[in-house]
Amino acid sequence: MTQMNAEPMNPVPASSDAVTLKVTGLRTHFRIGSTIAKAVDDVDLTVRQGKTLAVVGESGSGKSVTSLSIMRLLAPSARIIDGTMTFKRRDGSVVDLARANNRVMRKIRGGEIAMIFQEPMTSLNPLYTVGDQIIEMIRLHETISRADARSRARRMLELVEIASPEQRLDDYPHSMSGGMRQRVMIALALACDPFLLIADEPTTALDVTIQAQILELLRRLQHEMGMSILFVTHNLGVVAEIADDVAVMYAGKVVEQAPVRSLFKMPRHPYTKGLIACIPDPARDRDETGRRRPLSPIPGSVPSVTNLPRGCAYADRCPLTVDKCRVESPPLIAVETLHSTRCWRHEDV
Amino acid sequence: MAVSVAARSTRTAGIAKILRERKPLALGAALLLIIVVLCVFAPLFAPYDPNKLSIANRLIAPGADHLFGTDEFGRDVFARAIYAGRTSLMIGAAATIFASVIGIALGLVAGFFRRTDVVIARVIDAMMAFPDILLAIALVAALGPSAATVIVALGIVYTPRLARIVRASTFVIRELPYVEAARALGVPTWRILYRHVLRNLLSVIMVQATFIFAYAMLAEASLTFLGVGVSPDIPTWGTMISAGRQYVGQADWMTVFPGLAIILSVMSLQLVGDGLRDLLDPRLRKDL
Repeated sequence: MTQMNAEPMNPVPASSDAVTLKVTGLRTHFRIGSTIAKAVDDVDLTVRQGKTLAVVGESGSGKSVTSLSIMRLLAPSARIIDGTMTFKRRDGSVVDLARANNRVMRKIRGGEIAMIFQEPMTSLNPLYTVGDQIIEMIRLHETISRADARSRARRMLELVEIASPEQRLDDYPHSMSGGMRQRVMIALALACDPFLLIADEPTTALDVTIQAQILELLRRLQHEMGMSILFVTHNLGVVAEIADDVAVMYAGKVVEQAPVRSLFKMPRHPYTKGLIACIPDPARDRDETGRRRPLSPIPGSVPSVTNLPRGCAYADRCPLTVDKCRVESPPLIAVETLHSTRCWRHEDV
Repeated sequence: MAVSVAARSTRTAGIAKILRERKPLALGAALLLIIVVLCVFAPLFAPYDPNKLSIANRLIAPGADHLFGTDEFGRDVFARAIYAGRTSLMIGAAATIFASVIGIALGLVAGFFRRTDVVIARVIDAMMAFPDILLAIALVAALGPSAATVIVALGIVYTPRLARIVRASTFVIRELPYVEAARALGVPTWRILYRHVLRNLLSVIMVQATFIFAYAMLAEASLTFLGVGVSPDIPTWGTMISAGRQYVGQADWMTVFPGLAIILSVMSLQLVGDGLRDLLDPRLRKDL
């Protein structure tokens, strides 16, 4: 383990094209009785070093299952049936997370890939002080004295901007607010200087001002520590705030992946376009006389992953559907170097 | 250092405050303490040798010389009662520890590893279906009566009670985000089981163990009274009542006092158990 300094811990190399995690053809299926739910079906993702990839999608689109697959923390009824997840480890070796054994995974979890969750109120054990939990975490992954771990824990609390960190170390989680607990969770997750932080809707349970603070904090920490972030969210506003790249998921598939700018400026999948249109915009949502226009929701709902249609899963809700869409599922089509979409009619979007 | 000293003194003050605010718990704890001290230090408190026969003094009513009277052999009932309490408390405690160790292990495994649950839960249900005393009698009959077999039999009888409650609570805790978070941070399974699951169950286990202690003491007395428990030569509250039964008409103190001892110890344990349950219920607890 490298020493913790004030300097960036994983300095971003000259070539920012370095890839931390590359997921290819990931399929994670759940078996419920005799039905099979294709929660994640042929997902490709690339997380660049020191960058943030946001995975966006509605509930049930498979975004959380994707992140749990990467951590290999799936429920017993789920199985990764296909795909590779290439991850570059601290020692420089490359490992396929889909096939790594449990011992390797345990080392990677927390040490090289860390995860924070949606529920900051309950993600900490109520029985132990905040300091205890951070120290436990550090000593689990590194051979280091308790005193050293404690001073590292204090520095971590400082890093996540918690006031009077020395006192806070001895506080129990119940005396902290949701925003503070999420900061503690971030400190916990980053204590061992991971390469990749998976953040599963970390701001959803927080109110808007706190959300902004946490996003700002993550952005600053990424800049200082150089880790990559896989940010799972359903909120496109958050995506615009934090992401470098975006993957839009729908019914277990990535339907569009692009750098954040080109995704918002020129979405090439009708679903992405629909999502963007759903964001309320006070200027656009009023007509010339100042009357409110109705919001423009996407009609219908996500098809069930236990019973997906033969062609494109979005066909029933899509304004551009043609016969081909209902017969054949479109492949991921590259429209620009880093921009790809799963739509037959991407040119007309 | 200064921090820990301060923490300790606030903790002592906290306990005093708790006992002041919770009268039943304080009463139960005080009663239990008196009983335990009397029994554990029986040689210091016993006015006579509990086994000294004195036919001249047989069946003397309680009075100044013999606080609880004497039995059919002239033995002092008070001395015998506190010596008997040692065995009764020991058997109750040992059976509780036996039931706790096995019950916690079974409950944790069943609750945490879904695959094992099918088997363990059925076994627990099957055992719960037997009436306690009947199962204990059957086990003692199979193993042969002695203090050790009574302990094992009662331990087995009360194991499902703990296993069931530990299993159910483990189900709840296993799904809590902090357990998932711990796993996501690379904490090994055994460590999750101990630090994150078991430690969170301690209050539930303590409360349940207190009740089991009370049940086990009652059951020991019942078994002994029925003649399938501890050998009649060893004084326990059960054997004393059993022996006094023949003299109930002329010397009721022989049964009343050991009976009272059982009632008081069971009651004090129940009071403590109830008190702890209220105290440790996080929804009712404001301080920590």
